[in-house]
Amino acid sequence: MLGVIFLLNKEIGLKAINITGYSFKEMALVIPPVFLLLGLLDIWVPRETMVKYMGENSGIKGILLAIIIGSAAAGPLYGAFPVAAIFMKKGVKFSNILIFIGAWSTTKLPMFLFEMSSLGSKFAITRLLVDIPGIIIIAYILSHIIPKEEIKKIYEKVENF
Amino acid sequence: MSLSLYVITIALLGISYYKDKNKTKKALKKSWKAFENILPQFLGVIVLVGIMLSIFNTEFISKVIGSESGWYGTLISAILGAITLIPGFVAFPTSAMLIENGAGYMQIGAFISALMMVGIITAPVEIKYFNKRLTIARNVLAFLFSFIVAFIIGKVV
Repeated sequence: MLGVIFLLNKEIGLKAINITGYSFKEMALVIPPVFLLLGLLDIWVPRETMVKYMGENSGIKGILLAIIIGSAAAGPLYGAFPVAAIFMKKGVKFSNILIFIGAWSTTKLPMFLFEMSSLGSKFAITRLLVDIPGIIIIAYILSHIIPKEEIKKIYEKVENF
Repeated sequence: MSLSLYVITIALLGISYYKDKNKTKKALKKSWKAFENILPQFLGVIVLVGIMLSIFNTEFISKVIGSESGWYGTLISAILGAITLIPGFVAFPTSAMLIENGAGYMQIGAFISALMMVGIITAPVEIKYFNKRLTIARNVLAFLFSFIVAFIIGKVV
């Protein structure tokens, strides 16, 4: 694609290469530690042992754990769905599943550090402070508007995965 | 900031190595695999953004999603975020670049929030696990929430 642009307009092509090279250099500095952190978290944060603390009667402890596990996990949002399925199989509360997915999507710790370095701490901290209550509120709204039978169906479905 | 990231990472790696060499090796392997996995996507997006920024100049960006673009620009940013699938470590520097080129904080807040919480491309995967009703409800709520995030970020930053 870069080649095509070069043929069409040399000036724009050169500019594109310059910008690409610049942003590549900038990111090459930050990316190695981020990936190392992701790897460490993946290995050292155990999943199964935490599951029993997140069941139906886990209260605030369950909510906190859902946020912590979701924040510590590695991978894009769709990576959260299979993990959520395992959690459901092991009897994790529905609202905690939703909180976990919310946390996985937006409050990841290595990402947070990275966000601070690229967009500034004010931006990153504001977003984190808005996101945490937001995730919990969305989880509770969802577990109230989705009918009980539907939730039961989802839990049953997951048994087959 | 970049320096403290390195310090934290090296410290944690040291602790990990001291506690369990094998686990640390495994972690390093996982890191490398994750990096290899994302590298093509990562390079693609950097090149794409490079091309886009060279074609659309500062004036254009600040007109469409600049701080003066208001809720209209915020809506465009949120829709872009909801559709696209960009990993955070590409999205954050990209956003920083867009801000340098005239994009507004409120608009970028909407973009990042929708990007992370709303997944139109991944909805089929989500439906497989959680059925249609929950998937739609979750994504709609997350999309609306992005505007709250955008509004507060616009006020604070």
